[in-house]
Amino acid sequence: MNEIVQNLTFFGAALSIFAYILGLLLKKKFKLAILNPLLIAVICVMAVLLIGHVDYESYNVSAKYISYLLTPATVCLAVPLYEQLSLLKKNLKAVIIGLLSGVFASLTGILVMSKLFHLSHEVYVTLLPKSITTAIGMGVSEELGGIVTITVAAIIITGILGNVIAEFVFAIFKIKEPVARGLALGNASHAIGTAKALELGAVEGAMSSLAVAVAGLVTVVLASGYAHFM
Amino acid sequence: MKYLRQFGIIVLISLLGEILNVLIPFPIPGSVYGLVILLICLMTGILKVSDVRETAAFLIEIMPVMFVPAAVGLLDSWDQLAPVFIPVIVIVVCSTILVMGVTGKVTEVIIHREKRKKHE
Repeated sequence: MNEIVQNLTFFGAALSIFAYILGLLLKKKFKLAILNPLLIAVICVMAVLLIGHVDYESYNVSAKYISYLLTPATVCLAVPLYEQLSLLKKNLKAVIIGLLSGVFASLTGILVMSKLFHLSHEVYVTLLPKSITTAIGMGVSEELGGIVTITVAAIIITGILGNVIAEFVFAIFKIKEPVARGLALGNASHAIGTAKALELGAVEGAMSSLAVAVAGLVTVVLASGYAHFM
Repeated sequence: MKYLRQFGIIVLISLLGEILNVLIPFPIPGSVYGLVILLICLMTGILKVSDVRETAAFLIEIMPVMFVPAAVGLLDSWDQLAPVFIPVIVIVVCSTILVMGVTGKVTEVIIHREKRKKHE
């Protein structure tokens, strides 16, 4: 089956889209937060590839065209952000302090846990950029001497995890303000978290997009300093 | 013509972002530069939301699907991930909850405090 798939230009796109739609339908039917559409889509596609003995490379020959749209889609996040600018200005102090404390919590948390696990410096700097968007995170990891493949894996797991657990975390910490929810999702789980935030509402989506950009930039500045701590 | 023009604008801004990424030696992706460029264009009135609205809504709606291929790619990085899997997964889970909780709670507390100040 691998040879056939290699030559199909729409296999990866069709499989990914319908796996995601299946996820949406399951979520709608059973209304469980754990039935996250993205998580279901990823598991379904992995299952199809493993069962059909299709290599990831062969799938990605066609699936890469969906990923290609990620840059223009990210650019478009400026639109919901622009539409919520007045809300942003109104809450500017809360937004700035919230975002910065989240970035410090991220870097400090990783530092403390890396020490607890006695991780090597290499693995520690690999994990430092795990909460920021893939393209920035890869650059940070590379610059600090981390293992880029593992950074990408950690970033993606972080994104999907945040997407799945967001509603539980908001319930436990009693986070109700849409502004706070959006920032939390974007700061913890970057663009994949933003997909979830957009599902929750326009304000959440806009604030999450803002958090992705700001957390990414602040982490670029702070990570090289944190790299010296271990 | 409407969709062509909207898509053209978005692709052009993506290209500008990409060019900045090549020219400026920071690990900041073209998409983030592009987001900032579009935001500035909207704020300064160079572009109106109606110049990109429908195409932007379409791209944002299908965005989650764009993460599927990268996530499926975890299959290929498993060999490298396996030796450090346990500490990595524990750190990823704890720090994601920590960052989400801290960011959300701090923002929420300050918003409420500011609101109370205004009422007094």
